[in-house]
Amino acid sequence: MKRYLSILKDGLIRQNPVFVLLLGMCPTMATSTSLSNAIGMGFAATLVLICSNLFISLLRKIIPDKIRIASYVIVIAGFVTLVEMLVTAYFPDIAESLGVFLPLIVVNCIILARAEAFASKNTPMAALADGLSMGLGFTLALCVMSFIRELLGSGALLGNTVLPEGFPRTLILTSPPGGFLTLGCVIALMQFILRKQKGKGAAS
Amino acid sequence: MTFQSLLTLSLGAILVENFVLVRFLGICPFLGVSKKMNTALGMGMAVIFVMTLSSAATWAVEHALLQPLKLDYMRTVVFILVIAAFVQVVEMALKRFVPALYSALGIYLPLITTNCAVLGVAVINSDNATGFLESVLFSFFAAVGFTVAIALFASVRERLEHSDIPAPFEGFPIALVTAALISMAFMGFSGLQVF
Repeated sequence: MKRYLSILKDGLIRQNPVFVLLLGMCPTMATSTSLSNAIGMGFAATLVLICSNLFISLLRKIIPDKIRIASYVIVIAGFVTLVEMLVTAYFPDIAESLGVFLPLIVVNCIILARAEAFASKNTPMAALADGLSMGLGFTLALCVMSFIRELLGSGALLGNTVLPEGFPRTLILTSPPGGFLTLGCVIALMQFILRKQKGKGAAS
Repeated sequence: MTFQSLLTLSLGAILVENFVLVRFLGICPFLGVSKKMNTALGMGMAVIFVMTLSSAATWAVEHALLQPLKLDYMRTVVFILVIAAFVQVVEMALKRFVPALYSALGIYLPLITTNCAVLGVAVINSDNATGFLESVLFSFFAAVGFTVAIALFASVRERLEHSDIPAPFEGFPIALVTAALISMAFMGFSGLQVF
Protein backbone atom coordinates (compact mmCIF):
# COMPACT_ATOMS: atom_id res chain seq x y z
CA MET A 1 0.00 0.00 0.00
CA LYS A 2 2.80 2.37 0.95
CA ARG A 3 4.40 1.73 -2.43
CA TYR A 4 1.24 2.73 -4.29
CA LEU A 5 0.92 5.93 -2.26
CA SER A 6 4.48 6.78 -3.15
CA ILE A 7 3.76 6.13 -6.85
CA LEU A 8 0.73 8.41 -6.61
CA LYS A 9 2.73 11.19 -4.98
CA ASP A 10 5.45 10.83 -7.62
CA GLY A 11 3.03 11.33 -10.48
CA LEU A 12 1.15 14.22 -8.94
CA ILE A 13 4.01 16.28 -7.57
CA ARG A 14 7.57 15.00 -7.34
CA GLN A 15 7.69 13.63 -10.89
CA ASN A 16 4.85 15.67 -12.36
CA PRO A 17 5.02 14.86 -16.09
CA VAL A 18 4.50 18.45 -17.23
CA PHE A 19 6.04 20.68 -14.56
CA VAL A 20 9.00 18.48 -13.59
CA LEU A 21 9.66 15.99 -16.40
CA LEU A 22 8.71 18.55 -19.09
CA LEU A 23 6.88 16.00 -21.25
CA GLY A 24 3.74 16.43 -23.32
CA MET A 25 4.19 20.12 -24.02
CA CYS A 26 2.03 20.37 -27.14
CA PRO A 27 -1.30 19.27 -25.65
CA THR A 28 -0.51 21.16 -22.45
CA MET A 29 -0.34 24.47 -24.25
CA ALA A 30 -2.92 23.85 -26.93
CA THR A 31 -5.73 22.54 -24.75
CA SER A 32 -5.32 24.67 -21.65
CA THR A 33 -7.27 27.65 -22.99
CA SER A 34 -10.35 26.62 -21.00
CA LEU A 35 -10.92 24.42 -17.98
CA SER A 36 -13.42 22.14 -19.73
CA ASN A 37 -10.95 21.43 -22.56
CA ALA A 38 -8.23 20.71 -20.03
CA ILE A 39 -10.37 18.26 -18.08
CA GLY A 40 -11.45 16.50 -21.29
CA MET A 41 -7.89 16.20 -22.54
CA GLY A 42 -6.60 15.16 -19.12
CA PHE A 43 -9.11 12.34 -18.71
CA ALA A 44 -8.72 11.11 -22.29
CA ALA A 45 -4.95 10.90 -21.85
CA THR A 46 -5.30 9.30 -18.40
CA LEU A 47 -7.55 6.59 -19.78
CA VAL A 48 -5.09 5.81 -22.57
CA LEU A 49 -2.18 5.88 -20.13
CA ILE A 50 -3.82 3.45 -17.68
CA CYS A 51 -4.82 0.98 -20.41
CA SER A 52 -1.52 1.12 -22.28
CA ASN A 53 0.54 0.80 -19.09
CA LEU A 54 -1.50 -2.20 -17.99
CA PHE A 55 -1.28 -3.96 -21.34
CA ILE A 56 2.39 -3.28 -21.92
CA SER A 57 3.18 -4.54 -18.44
CA LEU A 58 1.16 -7.72 -19.09
CA LEU A 59 2.96 -8.22 -22.39
CA ARG A 60 6.39 -7.22 -21.15
CA LYS A 61 7.81 -10.76 -21.31
CA ILE A 62 6.37 -11.45 -24.77
CA ILE A 63 7.41 -8.29 -26.63
CA PRO A 64 10.86 -8.78 -28.21
CA ASP A 65 13.36 -6.18 -27.11
CA LYS A 66 14.32 -5.00 -30.59
CA ILE A 67 10.87 -3.99 -31.75
CA ARG A 68 9.55 -2.88 -28.38
CA ILE A 69 9.08 0.79 -29.29
CA ALA A 70 7.06 -0.09 -32.39
CA SER A 71 4.97 -2.53 -30.34
CA TYR A 72 4.30 0.11 -27.67
CA VAL A 73 3.22 2.60 -30.33
CA ILE A 74 0.73 0.10 -31.77
CA VAL A 75 -0.76 -0.67 -28.34
CA ILE A 76 -1.03 3.04 -27.58
CA ALA A 77 -2.52 3.85 -31.00
CA GLY A 78 -5.16 1.17 -30.50
CA PHE A 79 -6.30 2.66 -27.20
CA VAL A 80 -6.21 6.19 -28.60
CA THR A 81 -8.55 5.12 -31.40
CA LEU A 82 -10.87 3.62 -28.79
CA VAL A 83 -10.87 6.78 -26.67
CA GLU A 84 -11.27 8.95 -29.78
CA MET A 85 -14.43 7.04 -30.73
CA LEU A 86 -15.82 7.19 -27.18
CA VAL A 87 -15.24 10.93 -26.85
CA THR A 88 -16.70 11.64 -30.30
CA ALA A 89 -19.78 9.57 -29.46
CA TYR A 90 -20.52 10.79 -25.93
CA PHE A 91 -18.86 14.23 -25.71
CA PRO A 92 -19.06 15.68 -29.24
CA ASP A 93 -18.46 19.26 -27.99
CA ILE A 94 -15.18 18.32 -26.34
CA ALA A 95 -14.12 16.28 -29.39
CA GLU A 96 -14.84 19.33 -31.53
CA SER A 97 -12.77 21.73 -29.44
CA LEU A 98 -9.86 19.31 -28.89
CA GLY A 99 -9.79 18.71 -32.66
CA VAL A 100 -6.54 17.33 -33.97
CA PHE A 101 -5.12 16.93 -30.46
CA LEU A 102 -7.40 13.98 -29.72
CA PRO A 103 -5.74 11.59 -32.23
CA LEU A 104 -2.42 13.20 -31.35
CA ILE A 105 -2.52 11.59 -27.89
CA VAL A 106 -0.62 8.80 -29.71
CA VAL A 107 2.50 10.94 -29.88
CA ASN A 108 2.13 12.39 -26.38
CA CYS A 109 5.61 11.66 -25.05
CA ILE A 110 4.31 11.04 -21.50
CA ILE A 111 2.60 7.81 -22.60
CA LEU A 112 5.54 6.35 -24.51
CA ALA A 113 7.95 7.48 -21.80
CA ARG A 114 5.96 5.68 -19.06
CA ALA A 115 5.68 2.55 -21.21
CA GLU A 116 9.44 2.49 -21.73
CA ALA A 117 10.57 3.65 -18.30
CA PHE A 118 8.00 2.01 -16.02
CA ALA A 119 5.46 -0.41 -17.49
CA SER A 120 8.05 -2.55 -19.29
CA LYS A 121 9.89 -3.21 -16.03
CA ASN A 122 7.13 -3.51 -13.43
CA THR A 123 4.18 -5.70 -12.44
CA PRO A 124 0.74 -4.97 -13.94
CA MET A 125 -0.67 -3.59 -10.67
CA ALA A 126 2.22 -1.17 -10.20
CA ALA A 127 2.02 -0.15 -13.87
CA LEU A 128 -1.71 0.51 -13.45
CA ALA A 129 -1.04 2.70 -10.41
CA ASP A 130 1.71 4.51 -12.28
CA GLY A 131 -0.56 5.14 -15.26
CA LEU A 132 -3.26 6.51 -12.97
CA SER A 133 -0.91 8.77 -11.03
CA MET A 134 0.91 10.10 -14.13
CA GLY A 135 -2.42 10.68 -15.85
CA LEU A 136 -3.78 12.55 -12.85
CA GLY A 137 -0.54 14.53 -12.66
CA PHE A 138 -0.99 15.52 -16.31
CA THR A 139 -4.64 16.43 -15.65
CA LEU A 140 -3.63 18.46 -12.61
CA ALA A 141 -1.02 20.37 -14.61
CA LEU A 142 -3.55 21.07 -17.39
CA CYS A 143 -6.11 22.26 -14.83
CA VAL A 144 -3.62 24.60 -13.14
CA MET A 145 -2.65 26.08 -16.52
CA SER A 146 -6.19 26.44 -17.78
CA PHE A 147 -7.44 27.82 -14.44
CA ILE A 148 -4.95 30.68 -14.73
CA ARG A 149 -5.54 31.23 -18.45
CA GLU A 150 -9.33 31.08 -18.41
CA LEU A 151 -9.78 33.09 -15.22
CA LEU A 152 -7.42 35.93 -16.12
CA GLY A 153 -7.87 35.73 -19.88
CA SER A 154 -11.63 35.64 -20.23
CA GLY A 155 -12.74 36.12 -16.62
CA ALA A 156 -14.62 32.84 -16.60
CA LEU A 157 -14.37 29.31 -15.23
CA LEU A 158 -15.91 26.36 -17.08
CA GLY A 159 -17.63 28.91 -19.31
CA ASN A 160 -19.35 30.78 -16.43
CA THR A 161 -18.31 34.38 -15.97
CA VAL A 162 -16.88 34.82 -12.47
CA LEU A 163 -14.94 38.07 -12.56
CA PRO A 164 -16.99 41.32 -12.50
CA GLU A 165 -17.53 43.17 -15.79
CA GLY A 166 -15.17 46.03 -14.91
CA PHE A 167 -12.23 43.72 -14.18
CA PRO A 168 -9.71 44.02 -17.01
CA ARG A 169 -9.24 40.81 -19.04
CA THR A 170 -5.71 39.83 -20.01
CA LEU A 171 -6.63 38.67 -23.50
CA ILE A 172 -3.09 37.60 -24.37
CA LEU A 173 -3.39 34.64 -21.96
CA THR A 174 -6.04 32.86 -24.01
CA SER A 175 -4.11 33.37 -27.25
CA PRO A 176 -1.12 31.17 -28.22
CA PRO A 177 1.66 33.27 -26.57
CA GLY A 178 -0.24 32.97 -23.29
CA GLY A 179 0.37 29.22 -23.28
CA PHE A 180 4.14 29.63 -23.36
CA LEU A 181 4.03 32.51 -20.89
CA THR A 182 1.83 30.75 -18.32
CA LEU A 183 3.88 27.53 -18.41
CA GLY A 184 7.13 29.49 -18.12
CA CYS A 185 5.84 31.39 -15.08
CA VAL A 186 4.41 28.29 -13.37
CA ILE A 187 7.69 26.37 -13.78
CA ALA A 188 9.65 29.41 -12.56
CA LEU A 189 7.40 29.54 -9.49
CA MET A 190 8.01 25.84 -8.83
CA GLN A 191 11.78 26.31 -9.14
CA PHE A 192 11.54 29.28 -6.78
CA ILE A 193 9.71 27.20 -4.14
CA LEU A 194 12.07 24.23 -4.55
CA ARG A 195 15.07 26.52 -4.16
CA LYS A 196 13.65 28.02 -0.95
CA GLN A 197 13.00 24.56 0.47
CA LYS A 198 16.52 23.47 -0.39
CA GLY A 199 17.93 26.63 1.20
CA LYS A 200 15.99 25.87 4.39
CA GLY A 201 17.19 22.27 4.39
CA ALA A 202 20.82 23.40 4.07
CA ALA A 203 20.45 25.98 6.85
CA SER A 204 18.98 23.55 9.37
CA MET B 1 -2.87 25.45 -58.96
CA THR B 2 -2.28 29.12 -59.66
CA PHE B 3 0.62 31.16 -58.37
CA GLN B 4 -1.75 33.19 -56.24
CA SER B 5 -3.18 30.25 -54.36
CA LEU B 6 0.31 28.86 -53.89
CA LEU B 7 1.39 32.12 -52.31
CA THR B 8 -1.66 32.18 -50.03
CA LEU B 9 -1.01 28.58 -48.98
CA SER B 10 2.66 29.16 -48.26
CA LEU B 11 2.21 32.41 -46.33
CA GLY B 12 -0.65 30.86 -44.39
CA ALA B 13 1.35 27.80 -43.34
CA ILE B 14 4.61 29.62 -42.60
CA LEU B 15 3.51 32.88 -40.99
CA VAL B 16 -0.19 33.20 -40.18
CA GLU B 17 -0.77 29.69 -38.84
CA ASN B 18 2.79 28.78 -37.93
CA PHE B 19 2.78 25.16 -36.80
CA VAL B 20 4.85 25.66 -33.69
CA LEU B 21 3.97 29.14 -32.53
CA VAL B 22 0.28 29.34 -33.38
CA ARG B 23 -0.96 25.75 -33.69
CA PHE B 24 1.23 24.27 -30.93
CA LEU B 25 2.44 21.29 -32.92
CA GLY B 26 6.03 20.04 -32.60
CA ILE B 27 6.79 21.86 -29.36
CA CYS B 28 8.99 19.06 -27.97
CA PRO B 29 11.75 19.28 -30.63
CA PHE B 30 11.22 23.06 -30.75
CA LEU B 31 12.22 23.30 -27.08
CA GLY B 32 14.52 20.28 -27.04
CA VAL B 33 16.97 20.84 -29.89
CA SER B 34 17.07 24.62 -30.10
CA LYS B 35 20.08 25.35 -27.90
CA LYS B 36 22.44 25.67 -30.89
CA MET B 37 21.80 27.08 -34.34
CA ASN B 38 23.45 24.13 -36.14
CA THR B 39 21.38 21.45 -34.47
CA ALA B 40 18.23 23.53 -34.87
CA LEU B 41 18.81 23.83 -38.62
CA GLY B 42 19.63 20.12 -38.86
CA MET B 43 16.38 19.24 -37.14
CA GLY B 44 14.50 21.69 -39.38
CA MET B 45 15.89 20.11 -42.54
CA ALA B 46 15.09 16.60 -41.30
CA VAL B 47 11.52 17.68 -40.51
CA ILE B 48 11.05 19.27 -43.96
CA PHE B 49 12.33 16.11 -45.60
CA VAL B 50 10.26 13.63 -43.60
CA MET B 51 7.07 15.68 -43.31
CA THR B 52 6.79 16.35 -47.05
CA LEU B 53 7.39 12.74 -48.06
CA SER B 54 5.40 11.13 -45.24
CA SER B 55 2.36 13.30 -46.01
CA ALA B 56 2.49 11.95 -49.55
CA ALA B 57 2.68 8.42 -48.12
CA THR B 58 -0.21 8.89 -45.67
CA TRP B 59 -2.33 10.54 -48.38
CA ALA B 60 -1.74 7.58 -50.67
CA VAL B 61 -2.49 5.03 -47.93
CA GLU B 62 -5.67 6.84 -46.93
CA HIS B 63 -7.03 7.10 -50.47
CA ALA B 64 -5.83 3.72 -51.74
CA LEU B 65 -6.46 1.55 -48.68
CA LEU B 66 -8.52 3.07 -45.90
CA GLN B 67 -11.30 4.71 -47.91
CA PRO B 68 -12.00 1.88 -50.39
CA LEU B 69 -12.01 -0.67 -47.55
CA LYS B 70 -14.08 1.61 -45.26
CA LEU B 71 -11.45 1.43 -42.55
CA ASP B 72 -11.50 5.15 -41.73
CA TYR B 73 -11.60 4.45 -37.99
CA MET B 74 -8.15 2.84 -38.24
CA ARG B 75 -6.70 6.17 -39.37
CA THR B 76 -4.66 7.01 -36.27
CA VAL B 77 -3.13 3.53 -35.98
CA VAL B 78 -2.29 3.29 -39.69
CA PHE B 79 -0.87 6.81 -39.94
CA ILE B 80 1.50 6.39 -37.01
CA LEU B 81 2.64 3.04 -38.40
CA VAL B 82 3.23 4.51 -41.85
CA ILE B 83 5.20 7.39 -40.36
CA ALA B 84 7.29 5.14 -38.09
CA ALA B 85 8.04 2.72 -40.92
CA PHE B 86 8.74 5.59 -43.30
CA VAL B 87 11.24 7.19 -40.94
CA GLN B 88 13.05 3.83 -40.67
CA VAL B 89 13.17 3.44 -44.45
CA VAL B 90 14.41 6.99 -44.93
CA GLU B 91 17.11 6.41 -42.34
CA MET B 92 18.30 3.21 -44.03
CA ALA B 93 18.15 4.69 -47.52
CA LEU B 94 20.10 7.78 -46.50
CA LYS B 95 22.72 5.69 -44.73
CA ARG B 96 23.20 3.56 -47.84
CA PHE B 97 22.97 6.11 -50.66
CA VAL B 98 23.66 9.60 -49.27
CA PRO B 99 26.05 9.14 -46.33
CA ALA B 100 26.88 12.85 -46.21
CA LEU B 101 23.25 13.79 -45.64
CA TYR B 102 22.87 10.89 -43.20
CA SER B 103 25.69 12.09 -41.00
CA ALA B 104 24.10 15.54 -40.94
CA LEU B 105 20.50 14.45 -40.22
CA GLY B 106 21.07 10.97 -38.76
CA ILE B 107 20.58 11.63 -35.08
CA TYR B 108 17.40 13.67 -35.64
CA LEU B 109 15.57 11.11 -37.73
CA PRO B 110 14.47 8.70 -34.95
CA LEU B 111 13.22 11.67 -32.93
CA ILE B 112 10.86 12.65 -35.72
CA THR B 113 8.59 9.64 -35.23
CA THR B 114 7.29 11.19 -32.03
CA ASN B 115 7.21 14.73 -33.44
CA CYS B 116 3.53 15.52 -33.28
CA ALA B 117 3.78 17.94 -36.20
CA VAL B 118 4.31 15.02 -38.59
CA LEU B 119 1.25 13.09 -37.48
CA GLY B 120 -0.59 16.38 -36.99
CA VAL B 121 -0.16 17.48 -40.58
CA ALA B 122 -1.35 14.07 -41.82
CA VAL B 123 -4.49 14.28 -39.67
CA ILE B 124 -5.16 17.90 -40.68
CA ASN B 125 -4.82 17.00 -44.37
CA SER B 126 -7.15 14.07 -43.90
CA ASP B 127 -9.71 16.17 -41.96
CA ASN B 128 -9.69 18.87 -44.62
CA ALA B 129 -9.87 16.23 -47.39
CA THR B 130 -7.43 18.16 -49.56
CA GLY B 131 -6.10 16.85 -52.88
CA PHE B 132 -2.71 15.20 -53.26
CA LEU B 133 -0.71 18.17 -54.52
CA GLU B 134 -2.25 20.57 -52.04
CA SER B 135 -1.64 18.18 -49.12
CA VAL B 136 2.01 17.70 -49.99
CA LEU B 137 2.59 21.42 -50.55
CA PHE B 138 0.82 22.32 -47.30
CA SER B 139 3.02 19.82 -45.42
CA PHE B 140 6.14 21.20 -47.06
CA PHE B 141 5.30 24.78 -46.11
CA ALA B 142 4.23 23.77 -42.60
CA ALA B 143 7.65 22.14 -42.16
CA VAL B 144 9.33 25.27 -43.51
CA GLY B 145 7.35 27.20 -40.90
CA PHE B 146 8.69 24.85 -38.24
CA THR B 147 12.24 25.45 -39.46
CA VAL B 148 11.79 29.24 -39.48
CA ALA B 149 10.45 29.15 -35.93
CA ILE B 150 13.17 26.87 -34.54
CA ALA B 151 15.93 28.87 -36.28
CA LEU B 152 14.62 32.16 -34.85
CA PHE B 153 14.29 30.60 -31.42
CA ALA B 154 17.80 29.07 -31.52
CA SER B 155 19.38 32.39 -32.45
CA VAL B 156 17.74 34.04 -29.42
CA ARG B 157 18.67 31.17 -27.11
CA GLU B 158 22.33 31.32 -28.13
CA ARG B 159 22.39 34.87 -26.82
CA LEU B 160 20.44 34.00 -23.69
CA GLU B 161 23.36 31.85 -22.53
CA HIS B 162 25.37 34.93 -21.73
CA SER B 163 22.68 37.07 -20.18
CA ASP B 164 21.82 37.64 -16.56
CA ILE B 165 18.57 35.85 -15.71
CA PRO B 166 16.67 35.84 -12.37
CA ALA B 167 17.49 32.56 -10.62
CA PRO B 168 14.03 30.91 -10.70
CA PHE B 169 13.75 31.61 -14.44
CA GLU B 170 17.04 29.95 -15.34
CA GLY B 171 16.92 27.21 -17.94
CA PHE B 172 13.53 26.13 -19.15
CA PRO B 173 11.24 28.97 -17.93
CA ILE B 174 13.19 31.73 -19.68
CA ALA B 175 13.11 29.68 -22.89
CA LEU B 176 9.33 29.50 -22.61
CA VAL B 177 9.03 33.24 -22.01
CA THR B 178 11.23 33.82 -25.08
CA ALA B 179 8.98 31.51 -27.09
CA ALA B 180 5.98 33.51 -25.86
CA LEU B 181 7.55 36.73 -27.16
CA ILE B 182 8.33 35.19 -30.56
CA SER B 183 4.81 33.79 -30.69
CA MET B 184 3.46 37.27 -29.91
CA ALA B 185 5.44 38.66 -32.83
CA PHE B 186 3.91 36.00 -35.08
CA MET B 187 0.43 37.03 -33.97
CA GLY B 188 1.10 40.22 -35.83
CA PHE B 189 0.77 38.21 -39.03
CA SER B 190 -2.80 37.19 -38.31
CA GLY B 191 -5.13 38.89 -40.72
CA LEU B 192 -2.36 39.03 -43.29
CA GLN B 193 -3.90 38.67 -46.72
CA VAL B 194 -2.13 38.46 -50.00
CA PHE B 195 -4.71 40.06 -52.21
